[in-house]
Parts: sequence; structure tokens; C-alpha cells
Amino acid sequence: MAKTILPYIISGISVGGQYALIAIGYTMVYGILRLINFAHGDVFMVAGLMMVYMAAALPLYIAIPLMIILTVFLGFMIERVAYRPLRTAPRMSVMISAIGVSYLIQNLALYITGGLNKNYPAIPWISDRVTVFGMETSRVTIITPFLTIILVVALVQLINHTKIGMAMRAVSLNFETSQLMGIRINNVISATFIIGTFLAAVGSMLFFTNYPGVVPTSGAMPGLKAFVAAVFGGIGSIPGAVIGAFIIGIAESLIKGLDTILIVHGTITEQIGFATFSDAFTFVLLIIVLVFKPTGLFGEKTTDKV
Amino acid sequence: MKKILSIALILCLVMALAPMAFADNPVVKIGVFEPQSGDNGAGGKQEVLGMQYANKLTPTVEIGGTEYDVQLVYADNASSNDKAPTAAQDLISNGVSLVLGSYGSGVSIAASDTFANAGVPAIGVTCTNPQVTADCEVYFRICFLDPFQGTVLANFAKNELGATKAYCLAKLGDDYSGGLCNFFIDAFGKDNCVYEQFPEGTSDFSTYITNAQNQGCDVFFSPVSTEAAAQIIAKADTQALGMPILAGDTWDSNVILNAAKGTDVQICVTTFYQEGADAEFDAGIKEWIRSDSTALANNGGNDELAAVTVMGYDAYYVALEALKAAGSVDPEDVLEAIPSVEYAGVTGNIAFDDIGDALRDSAFVKSCNTETGVWDFVSVATVD
Amino acid sequence: MKQVNASQSSKKSSWISFLITLAFLALVFCLDQIIKPTNKMYMLLTVLQKGSVYALAAVSMNLLNGYTGLFSLGHAGFMLIGAYTYAIFTIPSSARDTVYQYFDAAIRVSFPEVLSNMMGPAGTALGVLAAVILAGLMAAFFAYLIGLPVLRLKSDYLAIATLGFAEIIRAMFQWQKLGPITNGSNLLKSFARTSKFKLEVGDTKLVLSTFVPVLIATASIFIIVKLVNSTYGRAFKAIRDDEVAAEAMGINLAKHKMISFTVSSFFAGVSGAMMAMVLSIAQASNFKSAMTYEILLMVVLGGIGSISGSVIGSLLFVAASEWWLRGLDSGTFLGINAPGVFRNGFRLVVFSIIIMIVVLFFRKGIMGEKEISDLFRARKKKARGAAQ
Repeated sequence: MAKTILPYIISGISVGGQYALIAIGYTMVYGILRLINFAHGDVFMVAGLMMVYMAAALPLYIAIPLMIILTVFLGFMIERVAYRPLRTAPRMSVMISAIGVSYLIQNLALYITGGLNKNYPAIPWISDRVTVFGMETSRVTIITPFLTIILVVALVQLINHTKIGMAMRAVSLNFETSQLMGIRINNVISATFIIGTFLAAVGSMLFFTNYPGVVPTSGAMPGLKAFVAAVFGGIGSIPGAVIGAFIIGIAESLIKGLDTILIVHGTITEQIGFATFSDAFTFVLLIIVLVFKPTGLFGEKTTDKV
Repeated sequence: MKKILSIALILCLVMALAPMAFADNPVVKIGVFEPQSGDNGAGGKQEVLGMQYANKLTPTVEIGGTEYDVQLVYADNASSNDKAPTAAQDLISNGVSLVLGSYGSGVSIAASDTFANAGVPAIGVTCTNPQVTADCEVYFRICFLDPFQGTVLANFAKNELGATKAYCLAKLGDDYSGGLCNFFIDAFGKDNCVYEQFPEGTSDFSTYITNAQNQGCDVFFSPVSTEAAAQIIAKADTQALGMPILAGDTWDSNVILNAAKGTDVQICVTTFYQEGADAEFDAGIKEWIRSDSTALANNGGNDELAAVTVMGYDAYYVALEALKAAGSVDPEDVLEAIPSVEYAGVTGNIAFDDIGDALRDSAFVKSCNTETGVWDFVSVATVD
Repeated sequence: MKQVNASQSSKKSSWISFLITLAFLALVFCLDQIIKPTNKMYMLLTVLQKGSVYALAAVSMNLLNGYTGLFSLGHAGFMLIGAYTYAIFTIPSSARDTVYQYFDAAIRVSFPEVLSNMMGPAGTALGVLAAVILAGLMAAFFAYLIGLPVLRLKSDYLAIATLGFAEIIRAMFQWQKLGPITNGSNLLKSFARTSKFKLEVGDTKLVLSTFVPVLIATASIFIIVKLVNSTYGRAFKAIRDDEVAAEAMGINLAKHKMISFTVSSFFAGVSGAMMAMVLSIAQASNFKSAMTYEILLMVVLGGIGSISGSVIGSLLFVAASEWWLRGLDSGTFLGINAPGVFRNGFRLVVFSIIIMIVVLFFRKGIMGEKEISDLFRARKKKARGAAQ
């Protein structure tokens, strides 16, 4: 039994780690701006595409840092161009702008790639095959969760112990008051976007090394799932987003293999087709959480003021 | 600022003027209804290559005593069933006499009604699902059908590979892979098959490979798009799948060869054409692909021939035969002429039955040589 | 005295709108007879067909997002339910086994067939109408079930929850186990579709391919306008402007939100049915969240809170993306020949840039919160003012 389930768990943890890196970007932006940054998943996809094009022309030790820098710049610019002018507009307008940006990025990627699948370059060492617990897998699967946790710990340190981190916490607690206290809101927001896209860029490297095909819609589903992970863990909470992402990654992997697990176990004899629901299940989790505990696992309770 | 923007907006929304072409010969238009983007974009591009090469070799046709220039008119159906009817309508409004395409069955099924409504005939090139021609008078095709291909593959898995339990993987909502899996299962035996479908946008195929391993299957049948195929092959390699992968005609593409080169994955496919069957043709088209940078890029960067390219080449000549037989460029006359058209193509003799399907009774089986990255010929398969 | 005048003038303007609508329908009917599918101008009819589908979808979304302030992103899911319901109940029995080629079809009723057996040719039309209405009802029923837990959520949580439900619905309809009903994830076809809509008068066959969808959309939008102008409509707007104040004034929030949600979904279902009949296929994989986003962008383009805006927005959106900007994809646009730049996908890039400009700089869209009839009235007032 354990040997049957183990591969699913390991692959789930790996996917979960990649979702976690995207989810942090969602949760930080939401914590500060109360905005679902629908374009975040697409930025993640663009990071993958940039890597494809740059690795073809440049050596990897230049391509990787350059890709990360350009992705961060893209995230920064999106906030500058598409969200900042709408700072005083109703929340719905900003969300629509985010959807518009996502639409634009996807169409741009469609134009540049010609709508064809692009093969992600193999990064040496991390894409090698290794054997763990008698099971064959690639090294990136094993590295991802550890790298994720290291990055998250570093991020939490940054938020708790630096000036910009303190400013972020203040802004997410109360937007107007922190402005009155002399915090430069725009800088804080830019910093949030920079950190978020940096993690998404790292996440994209791990994700596409594991699943080496980039298409214009590659970012949409991982993006949505990462957002669900952020809601699941309690939006605005970084540890919450990470734990939520791991839970969703593992659940998704298990549901894809549920038919097989049950058949091998002897519970059922015929395929049920749970794999059809591998994406939908994420949303089932989301709705259950929203209905029964709208603040998520670790979210703070907020009250509406009139 | 706002003023400039509004002017720019208005400019953008102004109708595009149709270009007027002036040529000495009258022009006959053949519509190319192929995916140029999306899941099947790579395959669609390869299929178009064959038509373009044929068009380059034979740019004119004599219809009813007049010499016509043949013009290929393209419409991208984006591999998407909801974009297909509009793309088809676009071709029809452009005044095409007949249409070639498409790669992938879903888009052809989706557009069949649009063609039927306008009375414009269409010749399917590699759409193998039975539904394309069933219930549609204007759709014909020059390829074999999935019930045939599924049976060939099932027989091959049982007899040649000695498989007793098959893992079948299809994409949700994809008529090609779903159909082929169904016919494979019918032929292989329902009790010995595990059938799973992955949703669109899936990039994690590792769990499906684990599923196949855990259920003790000994052949992995996944006739999915080449895009998913590349990922499946990569995962099969890292996870040491341990069973041969079997697929249909879509996998006869250099995308698969590139993905499989240097791995230890065993891949077998059924297809329409084996490179080397017509050496003169092979040399000619390879020369052209190498000399034309766009063609080379569309073929995935090398000159390895895909069967769909050869099918596209044959389809073009079948279209010319139909135009000649019709003696007119009117779609109505062409539609009447097609059923009796016969043509000896590179991929074999082409003739149509009552439904409009090609009379084909053999398929080539090829296996991928992972060391050299080319296809090795295995056998010619038929069904009694 | 003044009030009587006002009501008289509004009555008059509604008469004018009615006449304009009738004239438009008559024009569409004539175009349907004149333009053949092989004609270059047939794109106009394609745009009208698709445009009417999206116009109804956009108006029904506007009812929810613009008038009630409920930001829902589940539209594609309800359209999917509508499309499938319509398709399943209009597949003729002769084609059913071909369509359900891998399954044993469970539902074997075809409304147009049953009714035409009972009452002749008129029954076919009635059968189609019945299937369209059933499509709406099914969507509304699902909306009611989904609304019970979801409508309590606030703004973006509501958006993401409805988006999630749309994805769940899509997966349900693709599930192999429901194959006998939904044909699994395979497409449905051969059902009653616009290309087959013809009226036989004596020897002449009158084509109704464009007329029928335009008529259904017009009638549905007319009903939505009536609803918006009723006391319910005013309650919706009150909820949008300030939920707490609305509740304090005695508006039952839960009830009104639910009414808005189910009515909107009903018409989303109808537009889904229209989508099926226009495209002549129905398949779950087409109803992705991207479709919802597109409809949302149409609403934004036309102006959130304006019904005529949504109609104009969606017609422009469809015409631009399907017709006017097509040259951008195929090498030549406005006489400029640049195949290197104008290649596949450029149309959508230009198009999404236009959308972004509207979203950022013309936030009110084309109509803001005004209606076409408001423009008439404003002009008349101005003219009257000038005369005095």
C-alpha cells in the first residue's frame, strides 16, 4: 500500500512546492492591495518563455539570472502601468484591469510563440534522474520542497526584521493610516510585486524543469490553483499560503491516482474516472473553505465597517 | 492624450480593405483549413508544408480548357472546436472552390456543418474519426479511419508486443485521442484496458505514468497531441516507465523524435507513409524544406518528413483532380465530381467510398530509434 | 402636469425604441434572404449571429455585475449548462446513435420531433423554443443551488467561488460516467441549429439563420430591460450602491441577490443554447473561464451598468475580432502588406491593447451608465431648451 501511494505523495509535494512559490505572490499582493492579481500566473508563464528563448542564445549562468531580473521587471511594470492608475478606482475596476493584463500577456505570448509548444531547456544537475526509496524520479522533484521552505523562511525573516518588511505589515494592516504615518505606499507596493514575481520566476524554473513544455496558457491553471492555495491557507498569511499549496498539490496528485490506488487496494474493480476532476477538486476544496471558514486556515478575522 | 488615443482607437477599428490581386490567369482558390496554433499547431503546420510544396511544383491547373493559377487560402482553426466554424466561414466567404483539412478530427466535425450549409466540399487530410464524414455530404477524406487504426494498434500490441493489459490515455474533449482510445479498447478487450483522460492544460503526466505502472500494464497507449507527447516521453524516461508506448498517426512527427532521442523509451506508431517509399519525392521535398527557412522552422528545424506532410501533398493533387473532373471552379460542380476522383498518390491509391471515406486497408507501423532519432520501419499492417 | 409630460415622453421614446427594434429585425430578415454563405459579406451575418449570442450573455452578466454589484465569474458554466440542455433535447432520434458513438444514449427525447409529430411544422419551432427555455431553466436551477452557499460571500471571494463552480460544472459534464447523458467529453452535434432554420412558404424557402438568434436575443434583452426598470431593478441598484443602507431600507438582501443571480443565469443559459445553435456544436471544453473573461471585457467595453452599452460592446467585440481585424492575422491590413508583423495572433494582440486602453483610460466604456434612449431624450431636451 505504502509503495503504491508514495510516488503520488512525492510528486504532490513537488507540485505543491511550485504552487507555493506562486501563491506567495498572490497572498502578499492581496494582503496589501486587496487585489486578486489574475496576471500573476501569466507572469509565471512569461518567465518560462523567456528562459526558452534566452537559453537558446546565452549560456545558462547568464540566462537564469537575466530571466529572473526581467521577470521581476515585468511584475514591477504591470503594477506601475495597469494597477497604479486605478488606485482610487473601485475594486472591481482593478480586478478587471488584472483580467485585461492577463488577456494581453496570453495573446502576446500566442503571437510570439505562434501558439506552439516551446520546449523548456534542460538545466543540468536538477533535471537528472535519481532514485529515491526505490522509485525513479528527477532531482528537481526532490529539491523543490526544500528550496521552497528555504525561500519562505528567508522571506518571513525579511518581513519580520527589516524596515521594508515592517512597512509591508503596516500597510496590509491599514492602508490609509500607514500612509498618514509617512510610509511611502507606492514603494511598499512595488517591493511586494518585486518579491512576488521573483518567487514566481524561481517557481517557474522548477515547474518547467519538471514539466518541460511552455504554452501561452501554461500559467493560467497553476496560477488559479496557487490563488486557491492562498485562499485556503488564509489570504494574506504567508505560512498559510505555503501549507495550502502543499495540501492542494498532494490532493491533486492523489486524486489523479485515486482510481489506481483503489483498484490496487481492491476497493473498486472498475475505473471511476476521478482524474477528470483533478482540476475541479481544487475548487471544491476552495468552496468548502469559503463557505465554512471564509478566512482560511490561518487568516485573521476581519469585520466590515460601514 | 485622450484625443490621440481615441483617434488611434478609431483607426484600429476601421475596416481592413481587401487586397485586390491582379494576375494574368484566372485564379482558383483552395482553402487550407488547418490549425496553425494551439495543441495541434505543430502538426497542422507540417500538413500545410506538403500542400505548399505541391503548390510550388504544380502552381496551375487546367479546368475546362482554361489555365488557372491555384491560390492557397489559409484559415487557422486554432485547434479549437469553437473557433473552427468561423475559420471555415472565413474560407467560404473568400470564395474557395474546395477546402483541404484538417489535422485533428474535432475541428473538422465542428466545421462540417458550416461547409455543408454553404455547399462547399471539404477533403479531410488526416482527420481519422468516423464522425467527420458520417452525416455530412460535403466531407470526404483521404486517410484511414480510427476503427481501422485502433484495431491495427490493438493487434500489434497483442501479437507483436505480447501485451496483456493496456493503459490508455486520452485528452478530455479531444475527439481524436478519445475516439482512437475507444476503438483500441473495443479491439483489445475492455477488461484488459485501463482508460483515463486528462483535463486540458495538464502538464503533470507523472501521476498517469505511475498509474500505468501500479496497475501492472504492459503497454502504454496514448494517441494524444504531440505537445503532450513530448512531456509524456520526458516523464516516461525519468520515471523508467518500463513498457512500450504506442500511439497513432499524430505521433509520426519529429517532435516525438526530438523528445525521444537519447532516452530509453520504446515508441511505436501507426502511420500513412514510410520515408523511403518514394525516394525521388523524399529528396525533392527535403531539398525544398532545407532551402526555405520558414518551411524548415515549420517542420521543427530539421528535414525529417512527417507522414502528415506527405498526406498534405497528396491531398493537394486530389483537389486538383477534383477540379479537373468538375471542369469548373463552382463548389457545387466540384462537390459532384469528388466521389468519382481516383488518384495514385505517394501514400498509395486514393479513391472514395459511398460515405466519402478513403478506401485504405493498410497502415505502416514504425518504431522510434532513440539512438539516431529517426523512424525505423517495422511492418505494414492490415485488418482482415 | 410636469409628471404627466415626463411619463408621456418616456412612453413615446419607448414606442420609438420598439419601432426601431422592429425595423432592425425586418432588416436582419431581409439580409438573411439576400446574402448567401459564399458571399464575402456573409461575415456580417456571422457577426450578427455570434454578436447576438454574446450580447445576451453580456447583458445578463451586466444585470449581475453592473446592476446588482455581484461580481460573478461563473458565466461560462451556466452557458455550458444551457448549451448542453438545448443540444441534448433537440438531437433528432435518427442522428442520436451516431452522435453518441461510444455510449448508449440515455435521453432519447427530441422536443422539435415530438412536437412536430403532434402539430406539424409549427411544432418544430415550438420544440426549439421549448428547448431554449428549458436550457435557461436548467441554468437557473443550478444557479439557485450554487447561490445558496455562495451568495453570502463578498466581492472577490464571490468572484473566485463562482469561477470555481464553473470549472466544477465543466468537469462534471466531461465525466466519462455521465457519458450516456452528456456524451462524455466528446462533442454534441446534429441538433437543431441555425443553418437548418428555414421557413417554407409555398415553393420559396426563407432562410432564418440569423433572424432566429437575433430575435431570441432581442426578446430576452427586452425582458431584462423590463426587469431592470421595475421595483426589483431599483432594489438591485440599491444593493449595488450600498448593501448596508439597502438592508436598512427594508430590502431583503438574500432574496434579491438570489433573484438577480438566477435570472442572470437563466439568460446565460439561453445564450448558451443560442451559442450551440449558432456554432452547430456543443462541447464542454469550449466553455472555459477565458470565455467568462471575454464576456466581462465586452461588458466593460460597453460600460458597466448600461444595457445598450453591453449590446454595442459585444457587437463591436465580435465584429472587430472576427471580421474587421482579421487582416492583421493574414499579412495585409489597411493596404499595408507586412507578413512578418501581421502574422497569426497579431489581431488578438492589437485587440487586447485596445481593451487595456479602454480599461485604463476610458473606464466608463462606450456608454458609461447611459442608455441609447437617454441620448435621444437628452438631445430632445436640448432642442426644446434651445427653442424656448
